[in-house]
Amino acid sequence: MGLDFSIIPKYMDIILLGVGWTVGITVAAALLSFVGGIIFAVIALYAPWLIRQPFRLIEWVFMGTPLLLQLFLIYFGLVQIGIDLPAFVAGIIGLGLHFAVYNSELIQTAILAVDKGQMEAARTLGLGRGQALRKVVIPQAVRAVIPPIGNNMIALLKDSALVSVIGVSELTLSAQRVIGKTYRPFEFYILAAAFYYVINLCMEWVQRKIERRISISR
Amino acid sequence: MTEQTHFVEIRHAQKSFGALEVLKDISLNVERGQIVGIIGSSGSGKSTLLRAINDLDPLTGGEIWLDGVQVNKTLPHRQYEKHINEMRQNVGMVFQHFNLFPHMTARENVTMAPKLLKGLSQADVDKLAEEQLDKVGMLERIDYYPSQLSGGQKQRVAIARALAMKPKLMLFDEATSALDPELVEEVNLVMKKLAEEHMTMIIVTHEMDFAASVCDRVLFMDKGVVVEEGPPSVLFKNPTQDRTREFLRKHIEGAS
Amino acid sequence: MDIDLMLKVYPFFLEAAWVTIVLSVLTAILGLICGTLGAAARLSRFALLRFLGAAYVSVFRGTPALIQLFILYFGGPQIGIQLDAFEAGVIGLGINAGAYMTETIRGAIIAIDKGQREAARTLGLSSWQATYKVILPQSARLMVRPLGVNLNMLIKATALVAAIAVVELTYTAQRYIGSTYKPFEMFLLAGILYMIIIYVTGRGVAWLDRKVQIN
Repeated sequence: MGLDFSIIPKYMDIILLGVGWTVGITVAAALLSFVGGIIFAVIALYAPWLIRQPFRLIEWVFMGTPLLLQLFLIYFGLVQIGIDLPAFVAGIIGLGLHFAVYNSELIQTAILAVDKGQMEAARTLGLGRGQALRKVVIPQAVRAVIPPIGNNMIALLKDSALVSVIGVSELTLSAQRVIGKTYRPFEFYILAAAFYYVINLCMEWVQRKIERRISISR
Repeated sequence: MTEQTHFVEIRHAQKSFGALEVLKDISLNVERGQIVGIIGSSGSGKSTLLRAINDLDPLTGGEIWLDGVQVNKTLPHRQYEKHINEMRQNVGMVFQHFNLFPHMTARENVTMAPKLLKGLSQADVDKLAEEQLDKVGMLERIDYYPSQLSGGQKQRVAIARALAMKPKLMLFDEATSALDPELVEEVNLVMKKLAEEHMTMIIVTHEMDFAASVCDRVLFMDKGVVVEEGPPSVLFKNPTQDRTREFLRKHIEGAS
Repeated sequence: MDIDLMLKVYPFFLEAAWVTIVLSVLTAILGLICGTLGAAARLSRFALLRFLGAAYVSVFRGTPALIQLFILYFGGPQIGIQLDAFEAGVIGLGINAGAYMTETIRGAIIAIDKGQREAARTLGLSSWQATYKVILPQSARLMVRPLGVNLNMLIKATALVAAIAVVELTYTAQRYIGSTYKPFEMFLLAGILYMIIIYVTGRGVAWLDRKVQIN
């Protein structure tokens, strides 16, 4: 069987819908991973010992196991404890938590790297420890980690393909569905790859823009 | 406990880091509107003493009183935090390395604390920022980020930030040591202006000329004790202690 | 938690872990080969090779590994490439890992290159001799740790071949979750084995790193 790319336009609407879902899931999971990353970092650094240590264990497990395995746990585990969420919600939660752990690692390092004088200056103005963290230390840490977090978000886009395995109709599964009808895997997976590549380039472009904007306020 | 009679009163201050005793039984009184300079070589304890006044480096012994309230009084942790935060609002501090918040403009650096802690409106804090930045000659740079300012400009913004809390006392911890020589004067001028307005100030410095020109009283510290104190005219011209003479001689040699 | 069930099925997980290990080793070897070639291309004197190297990195890092695997395994036959799932897994993941390793190796070479190459050339060494005798031995030291990170990612990425039904750890966990409805227990079994593999690998990398730092 040779290649025949002329078949693509006929199924473009299905693929484009998949692109929409991929973008949506990526954005939602990215936001979750960003907010989650900040919260996790604060817990890992400042929570009481009894909370901090088990939490670090969970982080360690998340970093030491494959995302795909975690997605299975979250998707089937939620069902088992009686929470029947749509697959795409489970996918967003799985992706979001997974990358929140990686973002948290970055943010923890960045928080510890903020100059001690910043905390002191905030405290001498009369801010409490929590206020100083919120207003002074964390915003600086977050600015410092935006470039590496951007890399994580680009990795997240690519890993979003994994949620096809738990039945989320994003780009990869859409391609699979079309292939099920046409038996043209090469053409449609290449097409899907091309869309991922373009989204990837767009994200890199946005990342550079943001980096330039924050470089002055650092 | 005796009644406080001085504006700032340090009684038998003692501070150790582990086995190292950096402050040994220091007592010091400062009256309202007075300007006190502290000189001494590095490691003499002068910065530690200054930082103890707003509890950045808490004392291990002794008492610090400010305007009738004990700064380092014994309280349960939570209440102590609250008390210290309130005390610190009355004490402005200026650091050697400015410690401006790099993610905020000059305006935001000045307004953040008053807005957050005093609940002032945006209009009020904007006015406050303009006043304070004008006072230090930085009004034109109000919306600049620290990365866009020179060292001297940063330090002037840092002074405005401290003044915006309307402190009763200003602490300067080697405010000009990190500056290029040509930028020192602009910061000194701001400090002189504050002196003319009778702001109570405690200044840790290694600039003897400046200390001589603005301070009412100068302390020379060495190895955690106050070796000698007096008006600058006396301390710099006719020191009574050998250690003071030694320090001044070295310092003048080093400077010239 | 159903300990009895876990005790009953764990031998299957051990077998699957072995598949994951073999898969990881083969993928890592192929990745290193691709990474070395990729880095050589990216640092080549020839613009065409530099372009090909850059395109390799950009495309394979810019698209999901899962899609690359699908193109190779499902699309391959259309262009005359017939592979079984395991072979497709090794080749697909190896080429993908190679793109990341290209950047690691290139980064380590660039970090040393500058002054060292000039110094070697002024002694009369050829460009190749300078690379081989002076640059690479020093770059190798810088490479171990970041390649260790690549290896860590690669081991976790081997889970993707579950999607083309290679019976490794994640596929096994998935299958037993489906038949036992015990997702947590199965996750735990597979997860512990992954963490052991990653921990041991990490120690190995740390050991190698210490060794190259001393020499």
